[in-house]
Amino acid sequence: MSGAPQRIVIIGAGQAGGQTAYSLRLAGYEGAITLIGDEPAPPYQRPPLSKAYFKGEMEAERLFLKPLEYYAEHNIDLLTGRAAKAIDLAAKQVALEGAAPVAWDKLLIATGARPRKLTLHGADLKGVTELRTLADVDRLKVLAAPGARMVVVGAGYIGLEAAAVGAQLGLKVTVLEAMPQVLSRVAGPEIGAFYTHIHRAIGTDIRLGARLEHFEGEGQVTGVRLAGGEVIPADLVLVGVGVLPNLELALEAGLACGNGIVVDGDMCTSHPEVFAAGDVAWRPLVHYGREGRLESVHNAIEGGKIAAAAMLGQPAPVLEVPWFWSDQFDLKLQTAGLWTGADQTVVRGDPQTRAFAVFYLKEGRVLAVDAVNSAPEFIVGRKLVASQARVAPGELADKSLSMRDIGARALG
Amino acid sequence: MPKITYIDASGKERVVEAKNGMTVMETAIKHNVPGIDADCGGACACATCHVYVDPAFMDKVGKPSAMEQSMLDFAENVKETSRLSCQIKVREDLDGLRVTTPESQH
Repeated sequence: MSGAPQRIVIIGAGQAGGQTAYSLRLAGYEGAITLIGDEPAPPYQRPPLSKAYFKGEMEAERLFLKPLEYYAEHNIDLLTGRAAKAIDLAAKQVALEGAAPVAWDKLLIATGARPRKLTLHGADLKGVTELRTLADVDRLKVLAAPGARMVVVGAGYIGLEAAAVGAQLGLKVTVLEAMPQVLSRVAGPEIGAFYTHIHRAIGTDIRLGARLEHFEGEGQVTGVRLAGGEVIPADLVLVGVGVLPNLELALEAGLACGNGIVVDGDMCTSHPEVFAAGDVAWRPLVHYGREGRLESVHNAIEGGKIAAAAMLGQPAPVLEVPWFWSDQFDLKLQTAGLWTGADQTVVRGDPQTRAFAVFYLKEGRVLAVDAVNSAPEFIVGRKLVASQARVAPGELADKSLSMRDIGARALG
Repeated sequence: MPKITYIDASGKERVVEAKNGMTVMETAIKHNVPGIDADCGGACACATCHVYVDPAFMDKVGKPSAMEQSMLDFAENVKETSRLSCQIKVREDLDGLRVTTPESQH
């Protein structure tokens, strides 16, 4: 490969950073790869952290994306527990904490995101925690003894998944959500109402429109005080109120950033030799004709594959419709697409059966689908989103028509 | 420890020692067997760990769950022996299991 890079450095050893390294080796790249992560573990899957790992059904090693030997065998210099301090675009170097700088011909920034912190009084009390890393959940598991009172602040995917596990572990769980529905950022009211019902039915106290005043306690948190004065007793508080992209290194280096590092379809930043992928990237969303930042496994894997191909001058992989999933109790929610901007929703099936789907349409085309225990709706829905084909809403709602038939008709 | 043979689409075989309780997908990842992506990490959410099970082992491997079956129903290049390898747990009596990976998982 003439003109191929000799030294590739990846900042961030999460799913996107790891995927980029794997894809580079799979594509035959033989130059140096340095993979820098500030956590002690090698690249690992985060989704099980709020699910099977929190529940104690999965040991840490099973989360690792590749066994440790992989990195040595594939000549990937994995630097864990080490933070990158600065990017020097002119000298093409990354400064490291406590080690000599590393030089690059191509650089990937996959620094991810960090949980947004509440600025309320008492937010730094012991027992107030977040859920992003293995270390976070290891702390959480110690606190989550049966009978303990857990307050979850924020009813997003992570908050609700942790609330579900908490209830299954025998904790007394309260969920505080500022918005009038759960999952309000990621799903429509039908899905929100369904999950509120599911959690309440097993005894979890879900408070919608909740306003927090502060956390109570001396050293250790003992409760959450709401506007109006009510105090909800707590032995542990899990704060899951969204994330902020880790932009600092890119900003300080002078790369174009908005609510993420701005990249083009090749995941290339405003500097031609610097790429970004994963939660931190502000990327084109080709199926929607706009740009955005996605926080998902699919986005991390796809971004890593695209960046690796672009660095080597190889053709880009086919882009998939963004997809997500969430496991709570016996319910698997699979989402394809992004629902923002929908002008119509169609419910297919009866939520009471615990298997149904919600299609989000705009001008007769499917933008997204939320499928609860409904794989056909998810898979065919994904194809409908990708094709941007017109679908009759009445057909989507008609359970006497199979998804296969609906898909075949719409996709031709 | 049970042995599992992974055969890629070109017919190349790789024999690995599996650990009981791990899935056939996890065993492949652990031994760096190509051809299984497992994007969702084993949550039965993505159907990118699709394999064809040797017909001789179909009974021993057991039936897919309803969720897995409906994921399979809509996956690409499905055959009667198709399974999602993240849903097959390794057991002593699966010693000698042979699975073939499809040409592509996407």
